[in-house]
Formats: sequence, structure tokens, C-alpha cells
Amino acid sequence: MSAPVQPAPAPAPQAPPPVETMTVKVNGKTVQVPKTHPDWQGKPQPTTMLQAARCAGVDIPHYCYHDKLPVAGNCRMCLVEFGTPMMDPATRKPVLNEDGSPKIAKSVLPYEPGTPRGAIACATPISPGMEIYADSPATKQMRESVLESLLINHPLDCPICDQAGECKLQEYSVQHGQAGSRFVEAKVHKPKAVDLGPRIVLDDERCVLCTRCIRFTKDIAGDDALGIVNRGSYNTISAFETGKFDNNYTLNTVDLCPVGALTSKDFRFKMRVWFLKESKSVCTSCGTGCNITIGSREGVVHRYEPRENDAVNGPWMCDSGRLNYKWIGRADRLREVLVRGTRSTWNAALQDLTALLSKAPAGSVAIVASARQTTEELFLLKKLAAKTGATTDSIAREGEADRLLVAADRNPNSNGARLTGIAFTEAGIRIPEIAAAIEAGTVKTLVVFGEDVTKHGIPAATLAKLETLVVSDILPNATTALATHLLPGAAHAEKRGTFVNVKGRLQKFMKAVEAPGDSRAEWEFLHELVHGVTGQNGYSTIEGLFNQMAREVPAFAGLEWAKIGDTGVDVKI
Amino acid sequence: MPEQFKLITKHIDEPGYTPDIACYLRHGGYAGLRKALATPVRELAEGKKLSPQEVVREDVKASGLRGRGGAGFSAGLKWSFVDRRSGKPIYLICNADESEPGTFKDRQIIHKDPHQLVEGMIISCWANDVKLAYIYIRGEMPEGARLLNQALKEARENGFLGKNILGTGYDLEIHVHRGAGAYICGEETGLIESLEGKRAYPRIKPPYFPAVLGLYMCPTIVNNVETLCHVTHIVNMGASEYAKLGTPNNTGTRIVSLSGDVMRPGFYEIQVGKVTLGELIHDANFGGGLRPGRSLKAIIPGGSSSKVLKAGEVFKLNRKGADGQMAKVDVPLLDLPYDFDSLQQAGTMSGSSAVIVLDDSRSMVETLGNLSEFYAHESCGQCTPCREGALWLAKATHRLAHGEGRKEDANYLAHIAQNIQGRTICAFGEAASWPVLSFVKKFRDEFEAKGAADEAARAQGAGPVHGVKMAASPNHH
Ligand SMILES: Cc1cc2nc3c(=O)[nH]c(=O)nc-3n(C[C@H](O)[C@H](O)[C@H](O)COP(=O)(O)O)c2cc1C
Ligand code: SF4
Ligand code: SF4
Ligand code: SF4
Ligand code: FES
Repeated sequence: MSAPVQPAPAPAPQAPPPVETMTVKVNGKTVQVPKTHPDWQGKPQPTTMLQAARCAGVDIPHYCYHDKLPVAGNCRMCLVEFGTPMMDPATRKPVLNEDGSPKIAKSVLPYEPGTPRGAIACATPISPGMEIYADSPATKQMRESVLESLLINHPLDCPICDQAGECKLQEYSVQHGQAGSRFVEAKVHKPKAVDLGPRIVLDDERCVLCTRCIRFTKDIAGDDALGIVNRGSYNTISAFETGKFDNNYTLNTVDLCPVGALTSKDFRFKMRVWFLKESKSVCTSCGTGCNITIGSREGVVHRYEPRENDAVNGPWMCDSGRLNYKWIGRADRLREVLVRGTRSTWNAALQDLTALLSKAPAGSVAIVASARQTTEELFLLKKLAAKTGATTDSIAREGEADRLLVAADRNPNSNGARLTGIAFTEAGIRIPEIAAAIEAGTVKTLVVFGEDVTKHGIPAATLAKLETLVVSDILPNATTALATHLLPGAAHAEKRGTFVNVKGRLQKFMKAVEAPGDSRAEWEFLHELVHGVTGQNGYSTIEGLFNQMAREVPAFAGLEWAKIGDTGVDVKI
Repeated sequence: MPEQFKLITKHIDEPGYTPDIACYLRHGGYAGLRKALATPVRELAEGKKLSPQEVVREDVKASGLRGRGGAGFSAGLKWSFVDRRSGKPIYLICNADESEPGTFKDRQIIHKDPHQLVEGMIISCWANDVKLAYIYIRGEMPEGARLLNQALKEARENGFLGKNILGTGYDLEIHVHRGAGAYICGEETGLIESLEGKRAYPRIKPPYFPAVLGLYMCPTIVNNVETLCHVTHIVNMGASEYAKLGTPNNTGTRIVSLSGDVMRPGFYEIQVGKVTLGELIHDANFGGGLRPGRSLKAIIPGGSSSKVLKAGEVFKLNRKGADGQMAKVDVPLLDLPYDFDSLQQAGTMSGSSAVIVLDDSRSMVETLGNLSEFYAHESCGQCTPCREGALWLAKATHRLAHGEGRKEDANYLAHIAQNIQGRTICAFGEAASWPVLSFVKKFRDEFEAKGAADEAARAQGAGPVHGVKMAASPNHH
């Protein structure tokens, strides 16, 4: 059979060089599929039956298979009946039916030619003319029996299981299972509530032994910490040292676990997942900018989960980033606008500041912004700086990089600060200059956003010399305590905006929850302030603001808010 | 009367024959290696030439040698699949894990004539450009490991092993690796994982065919102890002479481990296909008959994993008639020639050539309970159908054997087993389900009668069906 070479159909990615394809049939539908697909490391490998079925829009149920992990082939959930064109052994040509179509030999057991034989779709490469029967009675029977096997020793914990609602065992049982079990034997009992490490609890009875957690930990996180002990039905996941499963990526195993065996101590029993609202966002704990989904309910953030983005974090994120959300809901969040120690209103405070900054002599203002702010906010601060002739900078925040995701730069938007012109190649290089100018009395007004400058080279004694100290922050600190104008800001989860990560990926994030009290998204009030001070009209929507920035900042030329997808775009840094 | 044909076991148990190299050399040992190394280049028609190594590989193929480990796959063909262009080293592994219940042939060689194995390995390694080879020996044979290490040391001291073997410039090292007591380590890819220091989880095929992606992801040959021993004899005798032993497509000799209810259990080397099952059981040269007053009930013909044969069964076999045409011929159980093809045509296999004889004193339910417990204990647990199914089968047979049976248990067992075979990562799935399928099919009456009797007993006031405890537990060995 000749396979015409043409680009793959819709679901395949746009491929400039023509993709070599192969023709197969999935559930009776002829599809052209690329001959290769990227494996877990991105290397092209022969397309598998599971991938071919996906190209045809058919999802073959699976537990152990995961796009980004080495293939294990152990759950057998993806077994499918298949057929291949019959070959005439003498002529080596396909045998044809009367209508000219190739005769298909269905897969059968070699030792029992009447019985269909399945192949695991996750690991079996396709061949030209192959027919995949993902819904045939034989396939369904194989699937049902695998499910039955998985359930015979499974505890009926659903009502108290955290995975309920996200559980592949539940889901597939409903879709593919049979009613009632024939099992009349005693179930195998295994350890429950095993303390694997500081963040993970394991229920071995719920485990389906798919080894996703083991493979992730060994092959992705590079930590040979998990394994299986015992044999056969008594197989039990366990940590090399119980309680010491403690690399910075352990919580990814909770995401990977298709059932409720691995649970996060942080999230365990807190919330039924179906109550959670999901918002697309980005982690702010380092310059990598892992894509996340924020799970919230009634204004409270309950968890971060990684959101797949192959250009940034793949499907993973680190534990420290994932758990760094509790500050958002802290009781001591700044929630009131204060002018010289007295509660004020946004209107009054902004009017006061507009007046003050409008007549500030050139060089009397300095701005210390934060590379944790959004690009749009930094852009607005830069406008303010231009009008007032202010010196600007941001604060560097460095740590140690690891070999997987964590970047040495612990600010999420250092490149945003650079590209908008707030900071220079080396962030923080102008702080001593600003401090000296305050000491010398030339700088009389300091605007600080999101940083406790007393810890970064402008001590409280120096701040005390200022006439005006405008501070916007989220939580109280030594700098906010000295503010003449305190403007309560919003966490990234409470607003929209963009960050540019260490590699130059510009990514937008969405709002998950409302900011507490009077606090507002910084870009909103900055927009009003800039409007007042510069007399220029701005945009009161994030879309408009972003598009304006894209017109003015060369690195963002040509970008539009609406056209930045969920996984961001690369910009030149 | 058919007799043993002692090729491999020629000196085994001979008075005065010892496992040291001096004794082996006195009996003509390592002549095969010398002969192999001196193989001349072979000129073929069309001007093609075979290198000395290719000649030996071709001869092994021409000899018809089939694997003695279980599957009976052509050794020469297996060697021809080896990826020789990868640029990676090629490994050879001798599978000395011998753990199939009923099988005790490899250990005879290892304990009583280890140099025969070492010589066969050196020739096979040389023929396949192998520089590093392993003997994976089951953990329960410490004495065998010691003897093999001693033999390797002696071979090294005598220039048969190590650097520049017999002055030819060929280097080879062989190491003994001891397993830790799991049946699954005998499955070749499980063995490879174990040898790599990991849990013996068999690999998925595709993509991990040992001939291409074996030990350390390099091309690897895995052969059984007995298979490798035959290579020396093929070299010594010449392929065509060797192929005259046995029967067509079932050449050479095989060591049969005969056990169970016969008068003379033991190991017997026969020309493949030249002795029938009946002769193995009844002839004075072999089993010497059943115990007095007993009659034959069943034969497990190829290790515990093979499908059971029932006394009185008659099989349809393809046979060449007097007119030279193939025809189906009725062959009663006891007339089945003991070879690869006949047993396959009888719906079972010669497997590891372990013949287990059951007489009428045996309960098939209890026998299956015993076998199923073995498989539940030995399933590695990697893949779902076998992991869950093997223990399920064991629990159900155990329940039936211990008075908690149900009439429907015969069907119940067959269904569970049906859902294992052909759906697993490795052939252990078949190994665990075939005994069940065949026992239940051929002795259905006995299973149903037991279930019915248990039901009747319970109806008169015994306990419920549920919750019979299994002897198998996670840590019991
Ligand atoms: C569960 C299982 C256990 C096995 N155990 C052994 C064994 O103990 N010894 C052995 O030689 N082959 C064993 N085999 C067969 C090996 O996988 C392999 O086919 C054999 O070693 C190849 O050697 P041969 O071709 O020389 O027979 C086993 C296979 C399975 C599926
Ligand atoms: S704990 Fe979860 S991820 Fe790990 S093997 Fe079990 S089911 Fe799979
Ligand atoms: S690597 Fe960085 S961005 Fe990613 S989750 Fe961790 S801290 Fe957040
Ligand atoms: S079939 Fe059984 S022994 Fe083989 S890999 Fe699967 S669980 Fe392990
Ligand atoms: S998805 Fe588990 S075997 Fe294919």
C-alpha cells in the first residue's frame, strides 16, 4: 500500500518540513499519522498505537503510560486488539480481498489461534496498514478484565479518598468496568497512611503499581528513592528510607499518581477537588516561571498544581514553588490605604501623590521596584520615572539553581524589569547610589514597590530622611512601617499580568481570587497615578495596557494580549 | 528397548569422574575449543566467504539445535538476530537459574561436569565476538557457583579463558553471578535486569529484545546451560553428524528430568523424539513403571508450566505416511514421542523437559493448588493481570482444596486464567494460567465434584465461602 507523503492532519503540531506519515486505521477510520513521535525525552521514536489513536481522536485508556516518563508497559490497561495486512509468504505481497482491499490478519494467540491477542498500545509501534480496534468486543473484554484485576484488592475508600473526582480508577471503572465483581476471596491488605516523606503520604492499598512515581523520581528528579518491595500481589511501593522521601520534586508524584495512593500532606482531606475553581497562572518563586493552575474556593487559594508547558516546565514544578502560596491568605495582609499613618481612600491618596509627584523637581524622586511585579506594572513605573526624572532599580534575589527546574534567579520577572528599563543588566546596582542621594538630601521622594529596602541597602535611618516614602506592598515589613503613603497591593493570584522568565518566555497569568480589603492590583492604581502625573491617557484594562506596552517596548513589538497563548511566547532578551 | 543416549551426561555419575580440569582434559576436554578456534575460512558458491566465527554460527544453525531452556527456539537463529552493527559490545549470558518445578538437569552439568559448560560458553562467545559473558546461577546453588568459579579459574590458568586464548589473540572473561532466589530471574529479560543490579522485572518486548537491547542496552545472547553444552558437541561431531541424532527438526539429545509417581525418578538423556512418554515412564531403563497397584492419571510433560496431559488422551499428530504425504494420525498419550513438535501438536510443550508423573492417588485439585501457590509466590508483580490473577488463582484453588469450594469454581478458575494468558509482559502469564486452564479442562469432573461436595457439606451447616486464609504471605519463601 502506498502511503502518500503529506502533512499530518489537524491534531499534529504545525510541521514546516513535510512529516513522513504512515496510513493506519483506527476504529475503522483511515488516518495518516506521522511515522515518529517524540518520546519522553523528546527524541523521535516510531509512533505507537496509542499515539496513532490519538491522531485519530481516540483516547486509549491507560494508567502507567505518561508522555513524559519512560514507557513501562505494566498496567496492561491499553491492551488493544489489532490487525495487520496479510502477506503472501511466496510473493511477499499483500493478499487482497475481492474488492481489492488488503486482507487483514487479526492478532491471535500463537498457541490458541481462535483467541484474540492484544498488544499494549503504549509501547507497540504501528506498521503500515495496521488496523487498531480500540473499541472491539475483544479489546473491551481485555480492558474490563484488567480493571477487574485492579479492583479485586482495592479498598472501597472512595468516600474518604482525596483522589475522588480525579481518580482514573473511578473514571475508567465507570466507563469500561463491569458491574459487580466475581471475587469472593479475602483481599490483600497493605500498609495505609505511610509517611513517605515530609510532604507525602502513601496508601499502599490504593496503589495500582503503575510505577509512575518511581520512574519520575528516578528518571526525572534523579533520586533513586522509591521502589517496590515484596512480590506479586503483595508488591508494595516504598521509599528507600521511610520518611525521608524529600527531594524538591516529591509532590509531582501526587499529580502523577492515577489513583489516590499518593497524597499531599498539604492538601490531604482539605477539600473535595470538584469544589475547586481553576485559574491559569505562573509560579513566582523563581525565574523559571513554571506554569501552574491555582485551585481556589470562595476567595481562598488551596493549591498550586503544575500546568503543562513544554517550553518551560513540562508537566512538573518544584515543591518549594508549589507550597509557596500560604502568604496570599495571611491574616496580616495589608488591606488599608494609609496616608501618614491615617486610614485614607484610594482617591485621596492618589490625588495627594499626583500633586506631589507632578511638582517634584527633576532628580528628587527615586523608584525601587520589584522584579516580582508584573511587566505591565514595571512599564507604568518606568513611565512615572521618565516623567519625574527618577533613578530606578529593582532588587536582585539569588539562590542556587538545580539540574531540573529551579533557577538561581529567585525573582519571577527580572527580565521584565530589564526590558521595561527599570533595572539594568545587574539588578540592584543603583541601590547604593539611591541611598547616597537620600542621605545627601537630593532624593526627597522614594517610591518602593514590593520590597523591604531596609534589607537591601537602604536602612531605616536613611529612609527616615525622606520627605515622602510611597510604599506599595502586600505584607507588612520595616519599609511599610515607615511609609508616608501605604498602598496595599495584590498578589499575582489576585490579578492579571505577565512575567518574562529567565529564558525570555513571556507568560500571562489570570486572576484566581479577590484581593483582600481595600488592596488593589498595582497596575490599576498605577495607571491612575501615571495618568494624573503625566497627563497622558492610559488604558484601564490589562489588555489595553499590555498592547500599549507592546507598542512602546521594543522587545515586545508585535505582541498582543489576546494572542499570547496559555503557554506564553518567546521574546528577545 | 530404547536406551539413554549419553552425550552431555556421558561422564556424569561415572565412577572416578571429578569436576576438575585435569579430569576433563583426560576425557578429551577443550578439544572442541581448539577445533573451533582452528576453523578454516569457508568458501561458498558465488565467491562468498564465511569467517571462522560465521562458520561455527552457521553450523549451529545447521545442526538444528533448539534451546533447552523452555521455548525450544533455534539457537542458530537466535544468534543470527544479534545486532552486530551497533558498535556496542555483545554479551552472552548462560541461564543457569534452573527453577522450573520438576527440572533438575542443568544442575547435573554444573555440579558434576562444569568444564563442559565453560567450554561450550567459550566456543559460543568466540563465535559471536563476545568479550564478556556471565553465568547467572540460581541463588540456591551455592556449591554450583563455587564449582563454576573454580572451573573458570582453572580454564584461565590453562589458557582457555582470559587474555589471548590459546594464542589466538581472542580475549574473553566469564563471571558467575548468583541470583537471590526468584523464579522470574530465569526469564531472560528479568535475568538481565537482575544482572544489572535491579529488581528482576521482565522487560517489554518490543522494544527490549535481548538480541538488540539486552544487558546494559547492548546486544545480548541468553542461552540455557544445556543448550550451550551442545555447541561443543556440534563442533566436535560436525553439524550434519549432530543433526542425525534425534529426529528431524528435533535434533540432538535432551536431558529429561523425570519425577513424580514412578519407580525410578531421575535424569535421563535421550535422543529427542526417539523415546516416547510411555517408555520414559515404564521402561526399566527409565522410570521403571508406576508404583505397585497404581494407574496413571496425568502427565505434566515439560515442567510445571506446561499443560497437563490426561491418561487415555489420544492426539492428532501430523505424520508422514508411507506415501510420503503428511496426514493426521491418532497417537495415544503414551506413544507420544518426547520431542518439541509432538508435544506442541498435543497442545502442550516439552518446556524444560521435566516430566512429572501423577498416579491415581493424586487429587488434581490439590495438585493445582500446590502449583498455583508456587506461581502466586513467584509472580514478580509487575503487570496487572499476572500480579492480581496469580494470587487470585491460588486463593481460589486453595479454597476449593480446603473445603470451601463451589460448583462454579471450575468456570471461575478458567475465567481468571483466560484473563492472564497472552496479556502479560512475560511468559510467566502463560506459565501461571496454563496449568489452571488444562487441569480444569481435562479434569473438570473432579473440580466440579469437589465444589459440589463442599457445597453440600456447607448446606449442612458449615461456614461461609469467604475469607479462607492463604498460606502465601509477602515474606514467606
Ligand atoms: C517465567 C520463566 C522462567 C524461566 N526460567 C528459566 C530457567 O530457569 N532457565 C532457563 O534456561 N530458561 C528459563 N526460561 C526461558 C528463558 O527466558 C530463555 O528463553 C532461555 O534461557 C533461552 O535459552 P535457550 O534458548 O537456550 O533455551 C524461563 C522463562 C520464563 C518465562
Ligand atoms: S503510588 Fe500511585 S503512582 Fe506510584 S505506583 Fe502506586 S498508583 Fe502508581
Ligand atoms: S522551579 Fe521555580 S518557577 Fe518552577 S515551581 Fe519551582 S520555584 Fe516555581
Ligand atoms: S507476567 Fe507476571 S512475572 Fe511476568 S512481568 Fe508480568 S507480573 Fe511479572
Ligand atoms: S498504559 Fe500501561 S501498559 Fe500501556
